[in-house]
Amino acid sequence: MATPVLDKVEAEAAASDHLITVTFRIRRFNPEVSADAVWEDFQLEIDPKERVLDGLHKIKWDIDGTLTFRRSCAHGICGSDAMRINGKNRLACKTLIKDINPAKPITVEPIKGLTVLKDLVVDMDPFFQAYRDVMPFLITKDTNEPTRERLQSAEDRERFDDTTKCILCAACTSSCPVFWNDGQYFGPAAIVNAHRFIFDSRDEAGEQRLEILNDRDGVWRCRTTFNCTDACPRGIEVTKAIQEVKRALITRRF
Amino acid sequence: MSTTETPAAGVGPVEGAPLFDVDNPAPLIEAPRKRTKKTPRSTRGNFEMAAWLFMRLSGVVLVVLVLGHLLIQLVLDGGVSKIGFAFVAGRWASPFWQVWDLLMLWLAMLHGANGLRTIINDYAERANTRLWLKGLLYTATVFTILLGSLVIFTFDPNIR
Repeated sequence: MATPVLDKVEAEAAASDHLITVTFRIRRFNPEVSADAVWEDFQLEIDPKERVLDGLHKIKWDIDGTLTFRRSCAHGICGSDAMRINGKNRLACKTLIKDINPAKPITVEPIKGLTVLKDLVVDMDPFFQAYRDVMPFLITKDTNEPTRERLQSAEDRERFDDTTKCILCAACTSSCPVFWNDGQYFGPAAIVNAHRFIFDSRDEAGEQRLEILNDRDGVWRCRTTFNCTDACPRGIEVTKAIQEVKRALITRRF
Repeated sequence: MSTTETPAAGVGPVEGAPLFDVDNPAPLIEAPRKRTKKTPRSTRGNFEMAAWLFMRLSGVVLVVLVLGHLLIQLVLDGGVSKIGFAFVAGRWASPFWQVWDLLMLWLAMLHGANGLRTIINDYAERANTRLWLKGLLYTATVFTILLGSLVIFTFDPNIR
């Protein structure tokens, strides 16, 4: 029988057995200190089954409290912590460290195409302005008074089911090369949320939304590079949704 | 770093001296071209859709026209060595090849010009740069199309 002391040592060894050393390479920017952004490395002992967000928490809580990033629910629903991890837009709270090769430094940057305010925080106003511009709410022409439930068949609901999953994290829009070069483009997220209402049988302003997206900065700027589909943490087929809006524009016009 | 004491949890020392304070606030950072409520909405009807459709349709036709053209000009009957004034004159004696070349000229020029217009829209950020680049593009396109059409229609095989 082992002594209690040995037990404790073994237990401690076992407790830290699964930890690995990971380097987080984070793009830091503080406009009050320097006009330039710099890379900063942080070494962590962390369980590879933890998420990137846990690593960022460890850094903020134990190493450098000035690290600034957004997160709210931390479970992939609120859409606050979209960032560019190892060159790809992902949610930090849904990315496991073991899945992104922890042997090499893990790079974490703010999402591209939006103005960086500090560290990993970007100005989301242009993103949400494009979202507002597509009128993302139910519009009915004659029966504005909600006197009774608006019924819908299961098939009609299924038509736009994919695009209801959007959490507005901006991972798609900030992965779009057209949006990087010209912020006037609506961006995939706004089009996805327009799609959600255009193909909703209860909504009556589909034509109006299609007209908005027929604009110079609308769906026709999409170059089908599929970056948005790759980036979406909810698995929405974003490019397909944009193509369906294009098809609706063509078939409803001719 | 000047501070040696351990900072309280969550409050690390700020690196470097702050350049700005309350009396001297940091400048607001504007996004280069951001979408705001005031963004002028251009209403060009269905032009963008027509341009998009034209790219797809002309592309399909051009695959046949250009590959056929390359095959005839460069591969069949001894390749490039056969091309001369006589060869061109012989081909353009037939209205079929006149139409083929005219169609290829117009479709390829408009297809290419529209592609470049898209690239200018994507990459030229300042309104003035866009204006000049597009002006240059449209001038070159119109000139090439008109000159090409003129040659095809007024070609004289007996020219001295």
